[in-house]
Amino acid sequence: MMRVAEFLLRKPESTIAIAGLALFLYFALNNDAFLSTDNVQIISQYMIGMAILAVGQTMLLICGELDLSMGSVYFMAPFIVYFAKDAGLPLPICIVLALLGAGVVGLINGAITIGFGIPSFIVTLGMLLAVGGFTLNLSDGFPKRAPSGGLAVDIFGGAKFSGFAWVVAITIVMHVILTRTRWGVYTVAAGGNPTGAREAGVPANSIRARNFVVASMLAGFAGIIEGIRIGSFDPGAAVNGQKVFDAVAAAVIGGTLLTGGSGTVIGAFLGALVLAILRDGFIIEGVSAYTFNMVIGAAIIGAMILNVFATRARARLRRVST
Amino acid sequence: MSAPIDAKPEAIRAEGIKKGYGPVVALHDVDLHVGRGEVLGLIGDNGSGKSTLIKVLTGFHRPDAGTLSVNGNEVVLRSVSHARQLGIETVFQDLALVDQLPVYLNMHLNKEVLHKSLPFLDKKRMRAQARDHLEDMGVRIPSVDTEVGFLSGGQRQAVAIARAVYSDAKVILLDEPLAAMGSKESGIIIDLILELRRRGEVSILLIAHNFAHVIEVCDRINLLRYGRIEYDREVANTSVHELTDLVAADYRRRADRTVAPERHEPEDAG
Repeated sequence: MMRVAEFLLRKPESTIAIAGLALFLYFALNNDAFLSTDNVQIISQYMIGMAILAVGQTMLLICGELDLSMGSVYFMAPFIVYFAKDAGLPLPICIVLALLGAGVVGLINGAITIGFGIPSFIVTLGMLLAVGGFTLNLSDGFPKRAPSGGLAVDIFGGAKFSGFAWVVAITIVMHVILTRTRWGVYTVAAGGNPTGAREAGVPANSIRARNFVVASMLAGFAGIIEGIRIGSFDPGAAVNGQKVFDAVAAAVIGGTLLTGGSGTVIGAFLGALVLAILRDGFIIEGVSAYTFNMVIGAAIIGAMILNVFATRARARLRRVST
Repeated sequence: MSAPIDAKPEAIRAEGIKKGYGPVVALHDVDLHVGRGEVLGLIGDNGSGKSTLIKVLTGFHRPDAGTLSVNGNEVVLRSVSHARQLGIETVFQDLALVDQLPVYLNMHLNKEVLHKSLPFLDKKRMRAQARDHLEDMGVRIPSVDTEVGFLSGGQRQAVAIARAVYSDAKVILLDEPLAAMGSKESGIIIDLILELRRRGEVSILLIAHNFAHVIEVCDRINLLRYGRIEYDREVANTSVHELTDLVAADYRRRADRTVAPERHEPEDAG
């Protein structure tokens, strides 16, 4: 028993895994429709965009940065796909171009944050609005039809669960990067002790820049596969930031700290899953959307409080075992 | 300056080092050397120029005048990493450790071991190497998997010093490793320095405030004052008493010279 408790405390994402399991069981027992294939698919759809954004955001949060502009890059990238497709390019090429465009936004975020020493919160808040406005200009503010039919469309969000497969693949790849490569160690070092990382010769700035670029590309990719799934590229919410706030919420609920140095990709995935289960469960139960936001708000704060206790308990456990 | 008679060149030698910041001269004319395997204690009050000297020796600052030699070869340090390539490692006061990473990853920070064919961390090897190395140096910690943030101050310092030794350093600069540490904690560090001295593989420049510590672990002591080395003596020929007198006498001199400035006491203070 002690061993189980110890393991759970050691893994910061275990808190959210247990919460997710409890919610899942609650809704499954309470409502027969919850476990139907259709509903499981809806849950997966709820989490696709949020999870991919949260995974990218988590890498940035761990290295001590934040990217709010992911919320509008999410809407910008699909329109690059749209115009490239319009020009007659095959879909995979269009997606590559869109990801490059998203990457440029990330590069600008990183260059300004690092070069001028401006907090990324401010830089990317500006970029959220700027890129959002750019997207509205690009699209004239009207939704456009997303590409449909064909294998490429099926792969990039068109087929059932293809979006979810992407989420799983991206989570695994980023988890391996964070835990098994130099890139991951330097990401933790850059956020955990910026001065010390520099003194030890860690290329902290280039790691930060890299994470900005990857986060932005992931945001663009999430927007594209979501748009293809829905069948429409809609710029309507390009400046409102809801997408990125959900992603930050998922990352934080998953145990990532805003102070830098600690967090997990698996946690971000689980955070998004829990938020999706909550949202779906509430809708099935007939709870109003207004109430839903109240609960999400409380859940974020509650998860943080839980994390504080879990961290203290971990510290105590370590001291005891010393 | 007479050339060392000993055939082996000194690990590091600084001659005539000058360094100023605008009108303020921090180092006037510093001559200092650390022999092979020697532990040199550097003492001096705040503002004596210790930090500037450390920064010159680590390649952070370039001196305005004077020469540096490493192993008998004159060098111009271009940067901290250049100094590191030459075998000069510094353990700064903030230790450059990452609290959230386990001990073994901190030991290998920026020197990670990767698998032969894939760009993935070879954690097993790094763990084993870190464990062997710490054990070999007599540094005791709960486990190399423990995150550094969970270690005590002395253990953290010991890990930082062990890392410097591990990186094949020839000269290690320790910037006040015993500051703000309890007796049990500083005991860990003193034992570690004594062990390194016994082995004689690295030379150490130790900056410290506590004269008893300096006498316990050093071979020789230099006092830095007003940007000059004013005192250079083997530990065998000095005592805590003498060092205290030396520094205290200076305080008295300064106090005599200083005319107390007139004070403006605000009438409604508080």
